Amino acid sequence: MPAVETEILRAPSSASRPLPRRLNHLRLLEAESIHILREVASEFERPVMLYSIGKDSSVMLRLAQKAFYPAPIPFPLLHIDTGFKFREMIVFRDEMARQVGAELLVWRNEPAIAAGTNPIALDTRRCCALLKTQALLDGLRHYNFDAAFGGARRDEEKSRAKERIYSFRDAAGQWDPKNQRPELWNLYNARIHPGESIRVFPLSNWTEMDVWQYIHEENIPVVDLYFAKERPMYVRGDALLPIEQDFVARPGEKPQMVKSRLRSLGCSPCTGAIRSDAETIPAIIDELISFRSSERANRVIDHDQDGSMEIKKREGYF
Amino acid sequence: MLEVTLQIATEMEDKGFEIGEFLAAEREKDLLRFSTAGSVDDGKSTLIGRLLYDTQSVYDDQVRSIEGKGTTAPGQIDFALLTDGLRAEREQGITIDVAYRYFSTAKRKFIIADTPGHEQYTRNMATGASTADAAIVLIDASKGVQIQSRRHAYIASLLRVRHVLVAVNKMDLIAYEESVFRAIEAEFRAILAQIAQDTGTAVEAHFVPVSALKGDNVVHRAAKTSGAMPWYDGPALLELLEALPAINRTQNTSFRFPVQRVLRPDHTFRGFAGQIASGAIRVGETVTAFPSGRKAKVERIVTFDGDLEEAFAPLSITLVLDREIDISRGDLIADREDAPAVARNIKASLVWMDQRPLDSNRRYLLKHTSHTVPASISSVEHRVDLGALRHEPAPTLRMNDIGAVSLHLLQPIALDLYRDNRSTGALILIDPETNATVAAGMVTAAQGQTVAGDEDESGAWGRVTAGEREARWGHRGGALELTGPAELIDAVERSLFAVGAVTSLVDADELDRAGKQQFRDALADALVQSGLIALIARTGEDGALTASAGGFDITLDAQNQMHAVTAIHQLLRRAGIFISSEGADL
Ligand SMILES: Nc1nc2c(ncn2[C@@H]2O[C@H](COP(=O)(O)OP(=O)(O)OP(=O)(O)O)[C@@H](O)[C@H]2O)c(=O)[nH]1
Ligand SMILES: [Mg+2]
Repeated sequence: MPAVETEILRAPSSASRPLPRRLNHLRLLEAESIHILREVASEFERPVMLYSIGKDSSVMLRLAQKAFYPAPIPFPLLHIDTGFKFREMIVFRDEMARQVGAELLVWRNEPAIAAGTNPIALDTRRCCALLKTQALLDGLRHYNFDAAFGGARRDEEKSRAKERIYSFRDAAGQWDPKNQRPELWNLYNARIHPGESIRVFPLSNWTEMDVWQYIHEENIPVVDLYFAKERPMYVRGDALLPIEQDFVARPGEKPQMVKSRLRSLGCSPCTGAIRSDAETIPAIIDELISFRSSERANRVIDHDQDGSMEIKKREGYF
Repeated sequence: MLEVTLQIATEMEDKGFEIGEFLAAEREKDLLRFSTAGSVDDGKSTLIGRLLYDTQSVYDDQVRSIEGKGTTAPGQIDFALLTDGLRAEREQGITIDVAYRYFSTAKRKFIIADTPGHEQYTRNMATGASTADAAIVLIDASKGVQIQSRRHAYIASLLRVRHVLVAVNKMDLIAYEESVFRAIEAEFRAILAQIAQDTGTAVEAHFVPVSALKGDNVVHRAAKTSGAMPWYDGPALLELLEALPAINRTQNTSFRFPVQRVLRPDHTFRGFAGQIASGAIRVGETVTAFPSGRKAKVERIVTFDGDLEEAFAPLSITLVLDREIDISRGDLIADREDAPAVARNIKASLVWMDQRPLDSNRRYLLKHTSHTVPASISSVEHRVDLGALRHEPAPTLRMNDIGAVSLHLLQPIALDLYRDNRSTGALILIDPETNATVAAGMVTAAQGQTVAGDEDESGAWGRVTAGEREARWGHRGGALELTGPAELIDAVERSLFAVGAVTSLVDADELDRAGKQQFRDALADALVQSGLIALIARTGEDGALTASAGGFDITLDAQNQMHAVTAIHQLLRRAGIFISSEGADL
């Protein structure tokens, strides 16, 4: 990852520079997100940043660097590892944490992983409940975190569109969408009772397009899986399934080389790839303009039932 | 410039050239935030769904997932389902909480807050409007202006949402009749003018006749597409949204920088991190820290991307000053000239948002910029009667009430009037027991000086309000007319005196005999205004006592004094003069 090195080590110039008088939408979003990051770091005792290795997490991590510069990021990163993440993701994760100089914590639901939990043995919903939601709740409780940043955006899904920037969770980590705290201006209510917590979404107002444009303008490193390459895939109709896990293959099924990329990074058995020629970020953005379906359309997990994201969130998912 | 473009063009070939241009255009785009408002079922969510659909801002899979569902006729998409994202909302067919949606046109990017119309969820409407630059107020053409239309327009005005676009919706239901549109426009213009007078915020309103369901005048002008409403030759809603002036008005006001955090990575660096709330700052300028009043020069403006020579709202930056002065989170760094007020006693407009009514005996937490201080409400000045758009005296504010209060803070804070600064003039109140956000407040007056110091400790100032009087006397002002035996009237007054009521006896017989009926009425009025109970006494026949208050009349047996006195206390309670049960039980 050569881009990482140059970007992070780039010394801030000592010469002051003038700024255009008018801020474009990316600068406005950036300023808002930094404000949120600083509020949380100052008002909570034990905040943590959920780091999922995807493009949104990469942007969030960069914003955290900006928020506290020249001081280090004052909270650890937590990765909830299901054991089914792409190998490239894990390598990238460790490298990023090292270069940013942040403390990285990894939490896995070891008993469930040892019991052989996977989305084919169980259904996707129960698999997610154990490896993601349960692991997340256990991890947060284990370290006693009272605020957790997530990189979710409101434009991802319609129940996300309903969520506050400070999303209050009860002692069981659950979201009550019918009874959210009013959230006025940028005055966030950080008061909680012991055991309760807040999930914070600094990228709430960013769109998928904003995220890619920002990554482009800021030269933010992202996992290579986002870029098109010849990759071995199981081809099932329109769906392309990565060959990462053995159990995904049907009897006799052979992988084919397909020029493809991932639009969003999740667990390998549940994240379909798309056919694509986009090898650069401008090409990805170009592709985005022509897309007719949402980025989560390639994720199996969000569609297994009407309002499934809302249900998962109520149960404690991000 | 041309060379650069050409270079990018060759790098990316044909297609790349387009994307390069696209990215360059994107860099120029600004951001407009708007929210919806209006009564339940006026079609807010449908309008937003239509706006997204007609600007190609929704993906196919999102449209597919709502086809054949919802409340509309077969074959017609229920666009409200695009934003009503909670299951309970889809089941009940109403919006419960704000949905944030995003779209962009060639001209600018938009953040939409689609808010609920139902009165029960007014707090969520206020949430959506608090960050909006513009509001679209919907009015159902077949129903006309509702009380919620007034309430939402009032809240939008209080929050200083500058631009109001009034969409008179469901024109299809009234056969696109121009006269209906014009009548609603005239009525609502008058209401907006009245509201503006009350809140002190003039709004610029545009009226557009639309059908969210059919798409008339939402993105496309109806006159051009369906041919409906040929009598309307104004712009479609989206054209107006694209034309509204940009938001950067915060740059022209005084410099305000609430400190969020002190950054001290090592002993060589001490910086104050925050987001500029308003105005601009340059290296070398002198600033003052509040509430201490200490001064220093700006030595550096630090960001991750390099130092800046100058910075302005709403950038998030870190300031390094030229000398060590004591500044911590919650302090305000501001202009040397045009300083903020530092006050412990303020007045504010409030939107009450909690099930538990405002309680002036309790302490709340007041959050303002980056600090939180304990505060109590020293008096309720008035409540806004949204029907008549009048102020009325009130002892408290209940859920969804709008009113004005005086607040007493335990520590002085630096602030501006909301009218002058939407950021340093805004506050929320938090209930320290439940942790609920119970009110949104906008500072309307601040008593204080420019730096911390001694202040009048009385806790309130200005004209004494009905709420303050009530808090002192324990009851409201009111007239009690009594006709009966003199000693029974004396006994009634004695019993009121005994429970702490403040009464004043007016001998109506004597004043009437002297022909001073007008004086009698004026006197009674003055007593009532002062919060006292005016006993308008007349001698009557021995056997009975008649009493009237607040429109209730009773006749009592004068022989049973005990019963008569109890009945009169009950009467005062029924008339709303006694507020609690305390005074009523003898
Ligand atoms: N005929 C007609 N019906 C409409 C129009 N706009 C909305 N409706 C219908 O009015 C009903 C209410 O629409 P919504 O968009 O849910 O109303 P709302 O204002 O969002 O309601 P709340 O959010 O609950 O306050 C639905 O059945 C819509 O289909 C219109 O222009 N014409
Ligand atoms: Mg609605």
